[in-house]
Amino acid sequence: MSNQHLEGIGDYKYGFYDKDVDYKVDIGKGLSKKIVEQISSIKKEPSWMRQLRLDAYSVFLSKKMPNWGADLSGINFNNIHYYKTATSKKYKSWDEVPKKIKETYERIGVPEAERKFLAGVEAQYDSEAVYGAIKESLTKQGVIFCDTDTALREYPDIVREYFGTIIPAADNKFSALNTAVWSGGSFIYVPKNTDVKLPLQAYFRINAPNVGQFERTLIIADEGSHVHYVEGCTAPVHASSAIHSAVVEIIVKKGARVRYSTIQNWSSDVYNLVTKRMRVDEDGVGEWIDGNIGSKVTMKYPSCYLMGKGARGEILSIAYAGPGQHQDAGGKIIHVAPNTTSKITSKSISKGGGRSTYRGLLQVQPGSVKSKSKVVCDALILDRFSRSDTYPTMQIIEQDTQVEHEATVSKIGEEQLFYLMSRGLNQQDAEAMVVNGFIEPFVKELPLEYAVEFNRLIQLEMEGSVG
Amino acid sequence: MLNLQKIKVEVSSKVVVNGISLKIKPGEVHAIMGPNGSGKSSFAKSLLSHPDYQLAGKIVLDKKDITDLAVDAKSRQGMFLAFQHPVAIPGVSVFNFLRVARQSILNDKTVKNRGAELKSVAKFMRELKEKAKTLGIKDEFLSRGLNEGFSGGERKKLEMLQLLVLEPKYAVIDEIDTGLDVDALKLVAKGIKQVVKENNTGVLIITHYQRILGYIKPDFVHVMVKGKIVKSGTKKLAKEIEKSGYKSYE
Repeated sequence: MSNQHLEGIGDYKYGFYDKDVDYKVDIGKGLSKKIVEQISSIKKEPSWMRQLRLDAYSVFLSKKMPNWGADLSGINFNNIHYYKTATSKKYKSWDEVPKKIKETYERIGVPEAERKFLAGVEAQYDSEAVYGAIKESLTKQGVIFCDTDTALREYPDIVREYFGTIIPAADNKFSALNTAVWSGGSFIYVPKNTDVKLPLQAYFRINAPNVGQFERTLIIADEGSHVHYVEGCTAPVHASSAIHSAVVEIIVKKGARVRYSTIQNWSSDVYNLVTKRMRVDEDGVGEWIDGNIGSKVTMKYPSCYLMGKGARGEILSIAYAGPGQHQDAGGKIIHVAPNTTSKITSKSISKGGGRSTYRGLLQVQPGSVKSKSKVVCDALILDRFSRSDTYPTMQIIEQDTQVEHEATVSKIGEEQLFYLMSRGLNQQDAEAMVVNGFIEPFVKELPLEYAVEFNRLIQLEMEGSVG
Repeated sequence: MLNLQKIKVEVSSKVVVNGISLKIKPGEVHAIMGPNGSGKSSFAKSLLSHPDYQLAGKIVLDKKDITDLAVDAKSRQGMFLAFQHPVAIPGVSVFNFLRVARQSILNDKTVKNRGAELKSVAKFMRELKEKAKTLGIKDEFLSRGLNEGFSGGERKKLEMLQLLVLEPKYAVIDEIDTGLDVDALKLVAKGIKQVVKENNTGVLIITHYQRILGYIKPDFVHVMVKGKIVKSGTKKLAKEIEKSGYKSYE
């Protein structure tokens, strides 16, 4: 590792590691059929889920690593702990959560956020959820918000009906891996015409070294309902890599609206390989607000399948790639029905040798007449050591449609920096100002508290990286 | 006094300014006129340490040698450049930008006598609105992104607003008149005259046409051709050029 890389690490404020955590279960390193069975039996799962895992494991073995995208050669599947948990149960009050773990979440600010502006929180620590709570008023309305293991025990029928229907195990190597060894994640069910006004948040924390976190999230918004889900993630800095490979499936039924916001701030040794997809039915609205600041490598392209007429999908993706980081992010929109509309806005910032890639797909299938789509990609490159690439793919099979695409790459902005500095701002302030302005369209979509936090994180990253 | 001594500028190893010396006193208005390609804009940008230009010679501001200072330090010392093509910086509001810029000057301990302490955000906003009003800039522009979606004329007026807010000791105004209609030109000229009168700023106007000089009477006019000042005189010189062009100097 170069010094540059280490300097970046020094500034990562969530890089602390709880050394004295008492791990209740750790099934050791490596992956095998036996490990998959063991995970299932620890969780006392029904046989259908156990079989689903085993089938997925075969698919995982049969699939090659992707030969496109970021460099994944640093992943050693045999060096990963696939299931590791510090608690044998989940708590409904922070007072009951083991002290060490509670302290971690307090440092990250989760209990405080919950008190102030959230309708519910799930907190996952390595493989299992350690805390979960939802406002009573929502429970009374029939809203379900829990970890996916709990959901499988308490609402097996709903889980079985939807699990793997949006993202089958065979979708890609990492969705197969997730299906085989998944643990934790969020399950949300919002009944018809129910409006969940405050956001629900899940907080994912990896603590131990070489842990794989494979949460599985399933969100079902029934007709006419509305929910905003926010996920945040951090991890300690270890010298060896960890892997986070989640699968997120979302069903947006007729006239419903789901917004999924991510502030991904993994430490610089995490491989973040996530599959996220939404199905949007008639007149439904699905939105991904996807912010990637951390990780060593991220490959993530949230997608919307617009299945019903009048459905709308929106993806707002932002990536910051600092020293040693590769953010390969973007989004996919598939128009399948008439009068569907979509928008992809991607913004990336590269600095200090970081690399960002926009990779996107826009597909308009036959019959999706009068559909409209707009794709806008902006890349900001802060110095000559850094890199940005754009791979927009468009497959427009229906003629009667409107598609716009714009791509701009500003090498900042040297002229922008010169302009600001000619008014007396030093280089650091000028860069921060340009970057803050650049990400403003993203930040204004976040709830205020997250917006403030996100700006601060970008600021920290900017100060830490050499440029 | 701003004392420019034997300024020579190269861009990509090509000499574009070849030995210009000029003294500008506080409150004086100088105009440099010249045909396209005479090196006027290179001269303007290089004075503010633009990275594309290599500058030799000496720049002395009120007895302080500022030749090798970076652009931000030069600005805080009291230099200002009004750009020919001001860039847009999306998402950065005019108000916020100017507030930070003012604060940057105040935070620089090597700088003396450069504007009053910022009392409060509200007070600064009031001052800014007043100055914007004199230039015909609507309040809503102050909360918009810097030059984002601004027309050419709006951008130039915003340059003048920055001039009024930052109150520099010396201002270089680069081709401010291109693409402006008469009304905008008058307002821009008003901005320059105001900063000369109220702040005793020394001004160097760089222009191709005599047009703006109809609204601001320069104390001195210099003709620049092929990187050199070939003639200096009073405002009469500008009139002559308007009549007979640059031909006789080339």
